[in-house]
Amino acid sequence: MTKEDNMMTGAQALMECMLAEGIDTIFGYPGGSILPVYNAMYDYRDRIHHVLVRHEQAAVHAAQGYARASGKVGVVVVTSGPGATNTVSGLADAMMDSTPLVLISGQVGSGSLGTDAFQEVNFVGITQAVTKWNIQIKRPEDLPAAFAKAFYVARSGRPGPVVIDFSKDAQTNSAPFHYEKNREHSILSYCPYPNIDMAKIDEAAALINLAKRPIAMIGQGVTLAGAEKELYNFLEKSGMPVASTLLGLSAIPSDHPQYVGMLGMHGNYGPNVKNKDYDLVVAIGMRFDDRVISNANTFACNAQVIHLDIDNAEISKLIYADVPVLGDAKETLPKITRRLQPRNHSEWIKEFRACDRIEMEAVIYPSIKPRTPYLRMAEVASAISEAYNHKAILVTDVGQHQMAAVRYFKYTSPRSVITSGGMGTMGFGVPAAIGAKISMPERDVILFVGDGGMQMNMQEMCTAMQENAHIRIVLLSNNYLGMVRQWQELFYDRRYSATPISNPDYEHIAAAYNFGFRRVERHDDLQAAIEEMKSYNGPFLLQACCEQEENIFPMVPAGASVTDVRLE
Amino acid sequence: MKKRDYILTVFSENRVGLLNQICTVLICKNVNIETLTTSESALAGVHKFTIYVQSTPEEIDLIAKQIEKKVDIMKVFVYTPDEVVMQEIALFKVSRGKSIERIIREHSVRILEVGDDYMVLERTGHTEDTQALLKLLQPYGVQQFVRSGLVAVIKAENEGVSSYLEERLRQKLAEESAEAGK
Ligand SMILES: Cc1ncc(C[n+]2csc(CCOP(=O)(O)OP(=O)(O)O)c2C)c(N)n1
Ligand SMILES: [Mg+2]
Repeated sequence: MTKEDNMMTGAQALMECMLAEGIDTIFGYPGGSILPVYNAMYDYRDRIHHVLVRHEQAAVHAAQGYARASGKVGVVVVTSGPGATNTVSGLADAMMDSTPLVLISGQVGSGSLGTDAFQEVNFVGITQAVTKWNIQIKRPEDLPAAFAKAFYVARSGRPGPVVIDFSKDAQTNSAPFHYEKNREHSILSYCPYPNIDMAKIDEAAALINLAKRPIAMIGQGVTLAGAEKELYNFLEKSGMPVASTLLGLSAIPSDHPQYVGMLGMHGNYGPNVKNKDYDLVVAIGMRFDDRVISNANTFACNAQVIHLDIDNAEISKLIYADVPVLGDAKETLPKITRRLQPRNHSEWIKEFRACDRIEMEAVIYPSIKPRTPYLRMAEVASAISEAYNHKAILVTDVGQHQMAAVRYFKYTSPRSVITSGGMGTMGFGVPAAIGAKISMPERDVILFVGDGGMQMNMQEMCTAMQENAHIRIVLLSNNYLGMVRQWQELFYDRRYSATPISNPDYEHIAAAYNFGFRRVERHDDLQAAIEEMKSYNGPFLLQACCEQEENIFPMVPAGASVTDVRLE
Repeated sequence: MKKRDYILTVFSENRVGLLNQICTVLICKNVNIETLTTSESALAGVHKFTIYVQSTPEEIDLIAKQIEKKVDIMKVFVYTPDEVVMQEIALFKVSRGKSIERIIREHSVRILEVGDDYMVLERTGHTEDTQALLKLLQPYGVQQFVRSGLVAVIKAENEGVSSYLEERLRQKLAEESAEAGK
């Protein structure tokens, strides 16, 4: 904590705020209204590394990848007007997927606010619905406290994105600088860590002790709380099976003996088809998203529900919680575990293994060892996961390749899946992978992307080139906006309206961006291509030309009961 | 499910843009604001919004939680009309005349101002009361009419926000002294 009241400009103060919070990497793009900040940044360039993206949306996605891979707060700096509005999709994505971000946007001078000045936009107004909190700073003396609060709000409780809209005169004017970190109780209106109600803990434990066919459903809350160990202990003592949401994946290893698979529309067969058999659902840091529950009236209709969450607004939002346990899972889980009688549910878990065999026969085996001539997405994902000993960080874009990748990858350590869940933002993948690689340089970062999503933020290959970020891009090209095509096939009479998509020559693209490149079309060439990608010293693009009209199964048709999950 | 009347009282910091934050939640739920009043509360630095809406029991709980989740919002309480004492105020600008004076006498209306050819009348009460009066006056020419949002105080012993604030202040002081002790 700096005690001396030294005078400095708001722009320099921002740099000092960042240092005080331990920030060493930021993602951004300069422009007129943020020039003073970039000018100050020049003096800090040895301590704060600025990653120049090629589009502000990508700055946010890169910061998301950075935050989700490392658990740190992602920081973004952009200019006013178009620079700011370009970030809105990213902010909305971070809001939905609870990603801690602080975004600093330039703003016109405070004297010009409200005059339709050049590159003025009401960014505080625009971002109100897609941020956890936002604030406009018009005087340099207000910055340090606002920054401390922003940083704290972004990462505490249920994390989320925060915007600081920084007027140009506040960047250039000077004020004494004094920084104090925000404490847990210094914001009277904000209690990120609710008091734990011990009566609910007792009730939850009692229900678990009585349950015959319980299941734990875990979400990203486990990862955000850093409660992987606590979850492990809970599972060991309760003996119950555990399923994961898309964002909960990798919180426990895929080969955990009680793990029964992924929930949701394209989840595994067992946890969906057995839904009516549950007599107890223990939801941990998940929010019963409609892609998970499909139909709120029929979901877990024979079960009581214990819901552990840090966000009170999630309790009984879509699924009624018989026992709400409000609080940080890292604290509430062990309290429940302590009150449990050790149980063994191995007979119950065997029922899931029977489902696994059905899914294996009907879906998995034909997908990873196809008899058809063309490559299938599952086969590629499965082989790559294997080639990296299931230790890589998987980043995905949005579409069929996303579902294939998350389903066929296996996970051995936490924070190994970075995907756009709540928003399903195409274009997320390339920048998110760069951010993840920059935060975790020692880990392999593998992006799965479709031919649609690739071209939504493909310009960021140049960022990877400039940053020398050795990401691996696995492009599963099917010449279709595949996920939409699948719906058209199944529900719109195969009327492929606007879903066929042609591709550039990716060999040229890769060469232009200084990426290694390999294209594969045949099963027999896959292994060699993967080996080449693995050993390549530099960023690499692997284009796998996949069967064009492959469908992703299992699938729960939208709005159906999850027990009506289709295998074909 | 049938909609019922609810009064939301929202306690917050006094900051620019808060109303927008509250509205964001109501817009998402497609809930119309019937009336809205904002003022300071009995507690220093604490702002109070009184919002009258129509909703269902499940929905209103979610709305309250989602508003309360906003960082700048301290507490949100949901009341039904029988739990509060509430009033609205209405002003009428009418032309002067014999028949109007009779209505004034019979309906406990206050006269705020008398001009050469007009009068400004005030009536406080529930919506039905002021609406009924408007109907009565209309045949004689109502030049202007305005009705305020609903204001309400709760019948229960204290507003929950004071105990909330006491607890938060206690935690804050404890944290600060723990820090100073280090
Ligand atoms: C920004 C955005 N626009 C549109 C969509 C709708 N959408 C979801 S998946 C998808 C198709 C993706 O196609 P591609 O990237 O080729 O992946 P594939 O499904 O073929 O693997 C589309 C258009 C979206 N999720 N995000
Ligand atoms: Mg495609």
